[in-house]
Amino acid sequence: MKKVSVLLFTISLLALTGFAQDREVLIKNATIMTAAKGTIEGGSILIRNGKIVAVDKADKVTASASAKVIDGTGMYVTPGFVDAHSHTALDSVNEGSLSVTAMVKMRDVVNNTDINIYRQLAGGMTTIHQLHGSANAIGGQNNVIKLKWGKPVEEMFLAEAPRTVKFALGENPKRSNFSVPGMARRFPATRMGVEETIREAFTQGREYTAKWDAYEAAKAKGENPLPPRKDLKLEAMADILKGKIDIHAHCYRADEIMMLLRLTEEFGIRVRTLQHTLEGYKVSPEIAKHGASASILPDWWAYKMEAYDAIPFNAAVMTDHGIVVSIHSDSNEHARRFYQEAGKMLKYGNLTEEQALQLVTLNPAKQIRLDNRIGSIEVGKDGDLAIFNGHPFSVYAHPVMTLIEGEVYFDRKQDIERRALLAKEKKDLIEKEKKANVPTQPVQSSPTFIPTLSEEELDDHLHHGKTKKP
Amino acid sequence: MKKLSFTILISLAICAAVVTLAQPRAVTTPGNTIAITNARIVTVSGATHEKGTIVIRDGKIIAVGPTAPVPTGAKIIPGAGLTVYPGMIDTYTTLGLTEVDAVNATVDTTELGDYNANMKALTAVQPNSELIPVARSNGVTTVLTCPQGGVISGQCAFINLDGWTQEQMKLVAPGALHLVYPRVGFGGRGGGFGGGGNLNSPSEAAKQARDRKVEDLKKKLEAAQEYLKAKAAAANDKTIPVRPVDLGLEALAPFLNGQAPVLIAASGKAEIEGALALADQFKLKLVLYGAESALQVADKIKAKNVPIVLPAVLDLPDKEDSPYDEAFARAAEFHKAGLKVCFSSSDSASDVRLLPYHAGTAAAFGLPKEEALKGVTLYPAQIFGLDKLVGSLETGKIANVVVTDGDLLEHRTRIKYLIINGKLVELANKHTRLYERHKDRQ
Repeated sequence: MKKVSVLLFTISLLALTGFAQDREVLIKNATIMTAAKGTIEGGSILIRNGKIVAVDKADKVTASASAKVIDGTGMYVTPGFVDAHSHTALDSVNEGSLSVTAMVKMRDVVNNTDINIYRQLAGGMTTIHQLHGSANAIGGQNNVIKLKWGKPVEEMFLAEAPRTVKFALGENPKRSNFSVPGMARRFPATRMGVEETIREAFTQGREYTAKWDAYEAAKAKGENPLPPRKDLKLEAMADILKGKIDIHAHCYRADEIMMLLRLTEEFGIRVRTLQHTLEGYKVSPEIAKHGASASILPDWWAYKMEAYDAIPFNAAVMTDHGIVVSIHSDSNEHARRFYQEAGKMLKYGNLTEEQALQLVTLNPAKQIRLDNRIGSIEVGKDGDLAIFNGHPFSVYAHPVMTLIEGEVYFDRKQDIERRALLAKEKKDLIEKEKKANVPTQPVQSSPTFIPTLSEEELDDHLHHGKTKKP
Repeated sequence: MKKLSFTILISLAICAAVVTLAQPRAVTTPGNTIAITNARIVTVSGATHEKGTIVIRDGKIIAVGPTAPVPTGAKIIPGAGLTVYPGMIDTYTTLGLTEVDAVNATVDTTELGDYNANMKALTAVQPNSELIPVARSNGVTTVLTCPQGGVISGQCAFINLDGWTQEQMKLVAPGALHLVYPRVGFGGRGGGFGGGGNLNSPSEAAKQARDRKVEDLKKKLEAAQEYLKAKAAAANDKTIPVRPVDLGLEALAPFLNGQAPVLIAASGKAEIEGALALADQFKLKLVLYGAESALQVADKIKAKNVPIVLPAVLDLPDKEDSPYDEAFARAAEFHKAGLKVCFSSSDSASDVRLLPYHAGTAAAFGLPKEEALKGVTLYPAQIFGLDKLVGSLETGKIANVVVTDGDLLEHRTRIKYLIINGKLVELANKHTRLYERHKDRQ
């Protein structure tokens, strides 16, 4: 009850402030890389109540007197980046105990205090697709959040986000490169087994639908049938087969990609997005014909056997074949510099600057069916922007500001100003702790952790430094 | 028997798959002369010539400047619109020692045991590694490849990224002795397996284990000193009995007499101070690797002129409350504090080609651009005592030369020509071959 009244109070407050006056933000006189309609030199963007209402040459855009104005002179503006494959801000990533776990939901384990949210904002990221891990052939259901650092989890969710599920093929689900201590080996152990695991789950999902259809039909005829047993896993499988849940499938080798294309076609559905897709360039015509898009690790290779034939030309080759390609991070480190990852792609093949930018903006937005809201700087879309102190594809540039729905979530100037304050606060807290004269507590034994595998361990690719043996 | 032959078959298959036809081919013979004319020449050590010529003969640079004469019969590379740089040097990698990280059979980085001073990286360098042509095609011509693990990991080797054999690739070996300064294990950090360590205060037992390891290390070095003294004495005086040969101790000789550098991995303040003290006690020519806490001991490091090899710049901050750009800005901070730094790719061997972006990103976050460029060319050479051989475009130096269509550290810049040891080297690699084969597939 209390909750409801708080809610009502908030709504009435919003009504008072929000509707009384439009919230406007004007970014003035910048180079605007729209990711959809070319680049505007000396352009301005007007955001009203979170949505872009004007993008044009600076002299053609006027804001109200109360608008917050950001001087973009010498700056470059891009859409906020979209990561189609992230494991950021999740309390856990893999429910790998079974080979099919379509019932689990990443939405239930979102951690909005993960510092990586802020670090990625500082790199221009604004929306992430939080994927289940790749420990099993069919993993859990994924989630989409906007990186609204400091806001409650509910405000990070997008109501329009589609339901998606993680599949995984190859070395990870067959557990080629690792074993979990104390856990027996489990099926599948080969690519043959991975295919049959998925086929069996599809088959069961189809039967589940048939049972419920029969039940509903009997009920409609006025009979009094017993309802089938509810099964959350099979319910998800059934929804996948009905096209209500999009498949995002972790894959490396061309043969396993072909397997999944054939298998889904056998069941009358399509793969929405191939994830990683390191050998996608080998079977581009087939991927294009199937209608799948591809989200890739741009230039990682050789960290495991199935990555040995990965090439940095992958994005260009697949784009040339008409496939919607995005670059993803799969890493808290890489997710902070999508502008660099996209910039590198200019070197491999003949992508234009706009095509390279689309790899980290409009294309991932399409893959998660949110391109009507995000992914480019166009009128009607969300005011999600990254502002750079130079050309975003130059190694010498970096973001200085990141906005989500017109609100500033990262400002480098403020960040630097706050550092001394934070250092002082930390020091004060430590001093306070020391002076508190807390009686020595008996040493407690550490809690027992159930081993879980990080995605990096699964991929045998320890990203830059942190867990690297010296 | 059947099982054995099957295993052999599998191994052969893996070898065949891993070691394919990546042989670099020299387009010219070593005796030939190459001249790059009308190019922008960034010598790094001296002036940049907006329009100049560089002449290469018998593996060396014989002339460079705005008016360098072109010898008759020289192969001419028209350089208009192009820029010439010295080849980049990566000062920490395992390139050549590993092919596919997850496939044990292809990994020769880490020997068993804590003390492996006699393990030589050069021995395990695989000249046919597919990773090598990929690395060099982004402008890296020389790397320091380093054995891993233990306390004394082994001897690193400076190799040029072209050659049929290890000897042809060798620039200087040993390039350095790699040592990992013992540190307190906190338990549970970094891994995905959780684990129950206390992040703030290491246990007494962990501290004692570290102290024991430090003592062991000192004893090892003292034993080597004594061994070498006894050996020298026996050589001078036939009445002194000759001690049995100890290869592990023997191998420490060039490092204990300061002939070759010792590259010590040390992150925290305690480890850095420990490494400095160790260098004092044993007269080591110290180079620090990592040294993330160097600013806390900057004065001592500066007083002793100890240079630092930076690990990946493209890295996450160390702690949750560290500035988001901690690793990006570290080179700039060190530079401001007067410390000498160079860059390394430091991650998996397949990522050596990312070296320019580590340096470039450091420049984006405050390091002067010229310092970033020096950090992948001249400084590595100076730090490891190779500056008479490589690191800049100067007469007499080995001709490791990169010709680009733009700024060497920029993402979009393409390498147009690559010269290693004075030979034009093919830019083709596994990636370009697979690209050519598949790009127009129907």
